[in-house]
Amino acid sequence: MQFNRKDLLGLEDLSAEHIKLILDTGDNFKEVLSRKIKKVPALRGVTIANVFYEPSTRTRMSFELAEKRLSADIINFSKATSSVKKGETLRDTLENIKAMKVDIVVMRHGSSGAHKFASEFLDASIVNAGDGRHAHPTQALLDMMTLREHWGTFNGKRVTIIGDILHSRVARSNIWGLTKMGAKVTVCGPPTMMPVDVERLGEGGVRLEYDLRKAIEGADAINILRIQLERQKNSLFPSSREYFEVFGVSSEVLKAAPPDCIVMHPGPINRGVEIAQEVADGKQAVILPQVTNGVAVRMAVLFLIAGGKVEEDENS
Amino acid sequence: MVNWKDKKEFWITGAKLADPEAGKIKAGSILVQKGLISEIQWQKKVETELPVFDCEGFLIAPGFIDIHTHLREPGNEDKETIATGTAAAVAGGYTSILCMANTDPVIDDPSVVEYVNRRAQTDGNCRVYVTGAVTKGLDGEQITEFFHLKKAGIVALSDDGRYIANSSVMRTALEYARMLDLPVIVHCEDPYLTDESQMNESYVSTRLGLKGAHAASEEIAVARDIRLAQLTGARLHIAHVSTEGSLELIKAAKKKGVAVTAEVSPHHLTLDESLLESYDRNLKVNPPLRGLSDIAALRTALNDGTIDCIATDHAPHTEIDKQVEFNFAPPGMTGLETSFAQLHTELVLNGKFELIDLIRMLTTGPAGVIGLSGGKLAAGVPADLVLIDPKEEWVFKKEMIRSKASNTPLIGKKFTGRIKGVFLEGRWCSDVS
Repeated sequence: MQFNRKDLLGLEDLSAEHIKLILDTGDNFKEVLSRKIKKVPALRGVTIANVFYEPSTRTRMSFELAEKRLSADIINFSKATSSVKKGETLRDTLENIKAMKVDIVVMRHGSSGAHKFASEFLDASIVNAGDGRHAHPTQALLDMMTLREHWGTFNGKRVTIIGDILHSRVARSNIWGLTKMGAKVTVCGPPTMMPVDVERLGEGGVRLEYDLRKAIEGADAINILRIQLERQKNSLFPSSREYFEVFGVSSEVLKAAPPDCIVMHPGPINRGVEIAQEVADGKQAVILPQVTNGVAVRMAVLFLIAGGKVEEDENS
Repeated sequence: MVNWKDKKEFWITGAKLADPEAGKIKAGSILVQKGLISEIQWQKKVETELPVFDCEGFLIAPGFIDIHTHLREPGNEDKETIATGTAAAVAGGYTSILCMANTDPVIDDPSVVEYVNRRAQTDGNCRVYVTGAVTKGLDGEQITEFFHLKKAGIVALSDDGRYIANSSVMRTALEYARMLDLPVIVHCEDPYLTDESQMNESYVSTRLGLKGAHAASEEIAVARDIRLAQLTGARLHIAHVSTEGSLELIKAAKKKGVAVTAEVSPHHLTLDESLLESYDRNLKVNPPLRGLSDIAALRTALNDGTIDCIATDHAPHTEIDKQVEFNFAPPGMTGLETSFAQLHTELVLNGKFELIDLIRMLTTGPAGVIGLSGGKLAAGVPADLVLIDPKEEWVFKKEMIRSKASNTPLIGKKFTGRIKGVFLEGRWCSDVS
């Protein structure tokens, strides 16, 4: 199967077959990461710009590592050290990048839809590394890769996403990806952090549950979102202490879930706010394997977006 | 070739005449003398020695009146000027417009009113009426000198673009405006509920990850202002109504005898929030495009008297303003040049609305809200008329735009019904071939 898409803007418009192809390709690249020399020439000659308008540590490092592992040429842009500070617009910045003949732009931006806007005038492929509260497709793909490693299948599996669904692009992308692949999703969090009609999201919809213990009962995995304390302009819950009491996942709370339930978190973690120390470091947690899979799945996305056949062309 | 621009005395014949006051569309002829309608004969042709402007197959209506135009001059002449805004108005069949006060400087001082009036005299292509700000600098705190502003020529008051959140200031403004018989036009949104919002709050905003403004944010503001209008007896006009709940409040207030009127924009009548899936910044407006049930309610309210008029909320912005991320794009779209064609195509031809009622909403409706002359088809009034070809099919193209701005999602849209030109005090103005 050919991944015949120019951009990766989100998972909502991606087919289950395409998602499977990315995950399969990710599995293959994961093997590369365990080699002594962790590098393949798959994207030799391909130039990738990492354009980060929002601060990011792990996503940016993960993409950069994936690009290096594929032998791509890389340029980096961050808002903090760019002409944006001098008033340059996104369009101008991207037009400049375009003029530099870049092949792929990996972009993170605080505005929902910024990637759609960019894709309207850029010939280069756009890979969404997070836009506003809209989508974060590669995070969802790495979550799915991690889950598939444990389960082998998504059919009939149950995932509970806990926390600030309203502001979470991770939640939205997970819901689209997981439901497309046959899993069931429950969301749980304070009503002040639930978007309107959240039950209608995804294929087949999601279940909304405000009682944390009920939400994780029978769950095969729980995905705990970071509470973005810095974004709480108008406080959406009374205090971190109360949040942890009602929605924090402690080892005590976790007993409500089956013993083989996997615990995930996109990071960075607020220990003692949304997740207890002992759960974050516990046996059920797969938080660090998620990070490893992030590199592999991003290698897969970049490889497929680039046509997935660069090496073949060179050899032909 | 007759130069109609200079003719002082002539007959307009052959057309169907739309008389919104009488509610009829019928073949007739109009005698224009020295800029006034001096006689109307309800017959297609007349025996005359005078020159005849033959409008066979067309429709003549009173020139349209827009009571919600942003001209941007002074201060933002890169977006629009009085010259270009009034040219856009004429292209859309408007012979009178009421410009909003949120210019830079704000129209909160008689000197700015005089400036706009002077520029309208020298550069304007149609009549320009001026709105004065309710509060100084639109700060929502200190009311402006209504008396002096009225003396300078304003016909209404508004802080449009902003809601006066302080209820005490609003009460004071309404009481003082009542003394001077000035209508107060209000932009209803509770700013605490719409803070940083980008679109209507709904499942669509959930999917798109854009912060939504719930209909309640408008309705709460409408409810407060109606209550204060009831308290003060002032004339309250609610701008760009967009939700079903607001309409219920307005309907109930009218029933009680509160002096409240309301307008709706062409875009809120024809475009729904689902279009935002494109993240097209030209669809970002305030109040936001709503859902289908709101649109249906707005259309019903046009017919049942809850809505008094259609106003464009023509809000020009530069391409650079809109060529940014959705969050950063200023709200607003232009509308003067497309309103009739859009509404005729979407509502009249689809059987949702009678043509004469549409014309009423664009003429006597807005004139009545503010208390302007014009909008009538009668002997003795200025010959401000619009000539319409109701059957012409045309595509709205960027190069046709007379506004300085082109922030409209309607470029490329096919319409039926085209403005062929206007008579302004009997002078023929048209650039349509």
